Amino acid sequence: MIVQTADWPDKLFATLKRANIRQVGYVPDAGHSRLIERCCADAEIRDVVLTTEEEGVAMAAGAWLGGERAALLMQSSGLGNCVNMLSLMRACRFPLLMLITMRGEWEEFNPWQVPMGSIVEPVLGLCEADAYRARTPGDVENATERAVQRAFGDERIAAVILSQELIGKKVWTK
Amino acid sequence: MRLERRAAMATLLADRGDDLLLVPGLGSTAWDAAAVGDNDRNFYLWGAMGGAAMIGLGLALAQPKKRVAVITGDGEMLMGIGSLATIGIQKPANFAIVVFDNGVYGETGMQPSHTQNGVDLLTIARACGITNCLDVRDEAALRDLAARLKRLRETLFARVLIEAAEPPRVLPERDGVALKRRFRASLGL
Repeated sequence: MIVQTADWPDKLFATLKRANIRQVGYVPDAGHSRLIERCCADAEIRDVVLTTEEEGVAMAAGAWLGGERAALLMQSSGLGNCVNMLSLMRACRFPLLMLITMRGEWEEFNPWQVPMGSIVEPVLGLCEADAYRARTPGDVENATERAVQRAFGDERIAAVILSQELIGKKVWTK
Repeated sequence: MRLERRAAMATLLADRGDDLLLVPGLGSTAWDAAAVGDNDRNFYLWGAMGGAAMIGLGLALAQPKKRVAVITGDGEMLMGIGSLATIGIQKPANFAIVVFDNGVYGETGMQPSHTQNGVDLLTIARACGITNCLDVRDEAALRDLAARLKRLRETLFARVLIEAAEPPRVLPERDGVALKRRFRASLGL
């Protein structure tokens, strides 16, 4: 169990609230644990736990068809699960706000996280998604606001990339 | 008994009402819906295989006062089979998933799907917590499904057994941006 004490997830949550995000799809993730808790506790946000991240891409398209804004939380490996479904967003110009916690780039114990983590930004680029990276807690709010504007203002795919250094080192042995 | 797909779609969409929002899955169910008649509140899928049910979920959550129906094929449902687990947790009252199960991948040359070899979508839906399930194998059950679609009170999953045939394609608009814009405009968005 990880208890997050940093305040950037709360700032991220506040930004989502200001942006009137009403549906949040996620696959459980340690890096997003605080944000997920905040979303689940909010009566105006429908929290939808997914079996795979691509479900959340399709859900965000449906939300926009119906006039609501969605956000999709994932870790870097989840982006790989989304690639074909991102074609839906590109073909129809649906907005998609992705919040991606990074693995495999800093103090990573598990080498199996590196292959997908190392190609997140090129994959986003190939999928015509704009990436806004937050390296420090102070970057998170600004990066998220820019991604919100890009996604919902321009009906595009925008991803906030939350650096692994921001999230901290996973403890493997106790 | 297996039902003929065009007639089945026509029965389900007869007098559909303004408050029905329809997501036809890619392939034959999209052609079936187009054959019944175009409607601004049809969001035809030309891709996104495996995504129809989740598009429907996002839409149903966003539009709780409208009825939302996803009508898709067995192959499309199988590709997004995990979404039944996700939907089983959410279960919006205004949502229906109807699977036209013909046991084959029609668009790619009628190769057998898993449902021809013992995989039972209805059992899977029930096991995912969707208790309002219908097994449609004849005209009477189809008419019952059509009636239930008009007064949705809990998430409905229906498997409609469909004969493996390929009626002539009726192709709807395929510009995704145009489909999105007209759908949203029809809702005043």
